Amino acid sequence: MIEGMRRPGPVVDAHIVVDRGTFRLDIRLRIESGEVVGLLGPNGAGKTTALRALAGLQPLTAGHVTLAGGDVDRPERRTWTPAERRPIGVVFQDYLLFPHLTAQDNVAFGPRRHGVDRRSARQLAADWLERVGLADRARLKPRQLSGGQAQRVALARALAVHPELLLLDEPLAALDARTRLDTRAALHRHLAEHPGASLLVTHDPLDALVLADRLVIVEAGHVVQEGDAATITAQPRTDYVARLVGLNLYRGTADGQTVRVGPDLALAVDDPLHGDAFVAFPPSAVALHSSRPHGSPRNTWPATITGLQRNGDNLRVQLAGPIGVAADVTPAAAANLELAPGQPVWVAVKATQTRAYPADVQPSAMTRDAR
Amino acid sequence: MVGIDEQDVVARPGGAASPRRVQRVPMGLMIPAAAGLAFLVLPLAGLLIRAPWTTLPRRLTEPGVLTALRLSLQTATTATGVCLVLGVPLAWLLARVEFPGRRLVRALVTVPLVLPPVVGGVALLLAFGRNGLIGRWLDSTFGFTLPFTTAGVVVAEAFVAMPFLVIAVEGALRGADIRYEEAAATLGSDRWTTFIRVTLPLVAPGIAAGALLCWARALGEFGATITFAGNFPGRTQTMPLAVYLALETDLQAAIVLSLILLIVSVAILALLRDRWLTAP
Amino acid sequence: MSTPWVRTALAGLTALAVAGLAGCGGGSGSANSPSSASAGGKVTGKVTVFAAASLTESFTRIGRDFQAAHPGTKVTFSFAGSSDLATQINQGAPADVFASAAPANMKTVTDAGNGAGKPTTFVQNQLVIAVPKGNPKGIRRLSDLTRKGTKVALCAEQVPCGAAAKKALSSAGVKLRPVTQEQDVKAALSKVTLGEVDAALVYRTDTRSAAKDVQGIEFPESKNAINDYPIVVLKDAPNRAAAKAFVDYVLSAKGKAVLTRAGFQAP
Repeated sequence: MIEGMRRPGPVVDAHIVVDRGTFRLDIRLRIESGEVVGLLGPNGAGKTTALRALAGLQPLTAGHVTLAGGDVDRPERRTWTPAERRPIGVVFQDYLLFPHLTAQDNVAFGPRRHGVDRRSARQLAADWLERVGLADRARLKPRQLSGGQAQRVALARALAVHPELLLLDEPLAALDARTRLDTRAALHRHLAEHPGASLLVTHDPLDALVLADRLVIVEAGHVVQEGDAATITAQPRTDYVARLVGLNLYRGTADGQTVRVGPDLALAVDDPLHGDAFVAFPPSAVALHSSRPHGSPRNTWPATITGLQRNGDNLRVQLAGPIGVAADVTPAAAANLELAPGQPVWVAVKATQTRAYPADVQPSAMTRDAR
Repeated sequence: MVGIDEQDVVARPGGAASPRRVQRVPMGLMIPAAAGLAFLVLPLAGLLIRAPWTTLPRRLTEPGVLTALRLSLQTATTATGVCLVLGVPLAWLLARVEFPGRRLVRALVTVPLVLPPVVGGVALLLAFGRNGLIGRWLDSTFGFTLPFTTAGVVVAEAFVAMPFLVIAVEGALRGADIRYEEAAATLGSDRWTTFIRVTLPLVAPGIAAGALLCWARALGEFGATITFAGNFPGRTQTMPLAVYLALETDLQAAIVLSLILLIVSVAILALLRDRWLTAP
Repeated sequence: MSTPWVRTALAGLTALAVAGLAGCGGGSGSANSPSSASAGGKVTGKVTVFAAASLTESFTRIGRDFQAAHPGTKVTFSFAGSSDLATQINQGAPADVFASAAPANMKTVTDAGNGAGKPTTFVQNQLVIAVPKGNPKGIRRLSDLTRKGTKVALCAEQVPCGAAAKKALSSAGVKLRPVTQEQDVKAALSKVTLGEVDAALVYRTDTRSAAKDVQGIEFPESKNAINDYPIVVLKDAPNRAAAKAFVDYVLSAKGKAVLTRAGFQAP
C-alpha cells in the first residue's frame, strides 16, 4: 500500500517527546529498512509509550515522527496521521486478537481494511497462517488457541498488511519458558524475512540480544546507551544495563590504575585512565572467603550476605559492604563456606578481571556516533 | 480455557455432592436473598392464586385481547429497534468521547427513569403534541401528528425504555477493552469500521442484555403511553392499558389479561436470554 | 411496573398509613369507644373518607367545614378513581365513608357486603362538551363533533364518564369516532387543555375546575345520561358515629351548597 511513498533514507526517523504529568519521554530513534532495533529498559522507562507514539496511538508533545519519508506526527506543524493511515503493523503484548473472529478472519482483517476484496483477503490470511505454521488452526477462535499459537497469529495479522514498520510490544512476555524458546526462534526467522524495519520493545535482555540487530536502552524516559549487543555487554554505562548483562558496575574517579568508588574503597584495575570512570566486573570474578584472603587479589573488603538465589547451576550471592556487589559461587563452595544471609565474609576481586572505561561520553553524542 | 480450569478447581472439593456447597453460602447473604426473591415472587403468586384459570382460554380468544397483545408485542419490538438505533450510538458517545458536559448528558439520559411515566407522557405531548415544540412544526409541515397513533405508542415506549438500553450498553462499552479498538486502528480500520466490526461484536452481550431490559420495560409501559398516545382499541390500546381499563369493571378479567401478558413476556424473555446471554 | 400499579400501591400505602394513624388514635376514635358517640350526639375522632377524584375540591371544602362544626374531629381523604377505591375497600382498607362517582362501583362494594345500610345519591353530574377557551372550532351541539378533522376524546366505556357519554351519544343518534378513549375524565379534559383534541365529553364540574383553559358547552342529550353519586357509611367503619355525621353533613343544605357551587346538581 505504501510502495509509492517509499523514499530513500531510514524507515523511522523520530524524535519522540511525550509529557505525561511529571514524566517526560525524550528519545531519538532511527531504524533502517531490514533492521531490527530492540528498545530495552526497565518497567516505566517509557518503552511502550515510544511504541504507541510511533503507532499513532499516543500523540507527541513535541519532536516528530517520520515514517518512510513522510511526517506522521509533528506537533509544531500540526501534522498528524492517525494509526489507521500509518504504514505500520503492531504485535501487542497480549496480542489483542479479536475474540469474535477466527484466526483466519483476524489475519484477513488488516488486508480487508486496506481494500483487498474478501476472497483475496481470506486467501492472503490462509497463506500467512501457513507461513507461521498454523494452517490447520485457521478456523479456531482465539480462546481455542494456545499462547504460542496466538502469538503467531498476532504476528501474521501484523505482517499481513505489509507494514513498513513492524512494532512488537513484549511479544514473548506472556509465554511460559518452554513455549518462549520455540516462539523466539520462529520470531527471529520472521523478523529476518521482514523487508521493512522492526522495533522490538522488551524488558528481557535475552529476547533483545537474540532478536535485535541493535539495542537502544531507555531509562526514565531517556536513551542511556545504544549500540550492538557486544559493545553494550562489554561496556555497560548504567547500573541497569550492567545488571542486565550480568555485571557489577561502579562509577568513580580514576587515578592511574586505581578507581575510587567509595569513601573507603579504591579498586585496582588493569586499564590505566584518569578522571570520571566506570569499573565493571562479572559476578563470576568475585571470590568469597571466610577469612581475609592472602596472596594476589588486591581488591578485598569485608561484606555481609544479604541474599542468596539460584542462578543457573550456581548460586548468586548479594553482598552489602562499602559497595554492593553480586557474586556467583558453585553450590559446593557455598556449602563449604556455609553461606547464609547475615553472615560476614571477605570479598576478593582480581584486578585482571575488571574493566575500566571513561564515563564522560554523553549518550546523545553516542547516539549520533552509533551510525 | 482458564475459566474451565477454575471451575474444575472449585468443583473438586465439593465433588458431586453439590448440596454441601449450598451450606457454604453465608446466612448473612442467604436470608436477604431469599427475602428479596419472595418479595418479587409473592405478588405474582397472588395473581396466580386469584386467577380464574378456567376462563383463561376463552379470554385469549376474545378478539380485543389478541389485538391488544399483538399491538403490545409489535410496539415494544419496534420501540426496542428505535432504542437500538439511537441508544447504542448515544452509549458509545458517552463511553468513548470526552466532551464538556458529559456528566450532565449522562444525567439527562436517566431522566425518563426518574420521571413518573405519566409526567413523561405530558412532557412528550409538550414536545411532540399538536401544539408541542416539534409537534407543531410536524403538523404544519407534514400534516402529521403523533398522539393517538401507533407511532405515538412507539415513541412513548421508546422514551421510557431507552435509558435501560443506554445504561446497559454504556456499561458494556466501558467494560470492553479499548485496546481492541486500537489494534483495529493499527490494522488500518477507521473509527466507523472499528465500531461496526470490532466494538459492536465485543459488546454484543451487553447490547442484548440492554435490549431485553428495554423490550421488557416497553412491553409493560402504561403511563406515558396512555397520556401521550391515548387509548384506542387496535391502534393505541396495548395490554397494560387493556388491563387498567378492565380493572375499572372486572378484577378477574384484569388478572387474566395480566397473566397473559406475563406468560407471553416471560416466555419470550427466557427464550432470548438463553440464546443471547448464555453463549460464551 | 406501570402507573396504575404504582398508583394502587401508593393508595394502598396511604390507606395503611391512615389505618396506622387511626389505630394509634384508637383510644378516642374507635367505633366502640365511648368518646366517639358520647351522649348528646357529639362526635369526635378521625374519619377516613374514600371519595371519587371528581369530588376533590368540594369534599376538601366540606371536610374543613365539618371539622369546624364538630370540633375534635379530623377528616382524612383518599381521592382516587372510584373503581380503585372500591377495590381497596373490598380488600379491607380501613375507611369510614365511601363516596363514589358511579353507582356501579358502589354496587361492587355493597354487593360484597361492605356497606352499612343503603347508599344515598347525594349529587348528580351531567356531561358537557369541553372545548378550549374561546371555542376555536365553533362547536355548539353534539353533532358538531362528527365534523371531519375534529378530534374528540371520550372516556373509556369502562369508566363512568365513558358509559355516560355512550348513553348520551346513542340517545342523540350521533355516531362519533373519538381519537382516544381516556382512562378517566381528568385525562380526557387534559387532552383539551393541552390542545391535543378539539373537544371532549366531560362532567360539568370538571370544566368548572379548569375554567382557566376550557369552557363547557351544554347539550340537551346529556339529560339522558345523568350520573348519580352515591355515598355510604361502610360496615367496618372504625368510627361509625363520626362517619354517619359526615354523611349527614354532606346531605345537609350546607354541604349541598358547596357541591352546587362546584357544578354538581341536586338529585
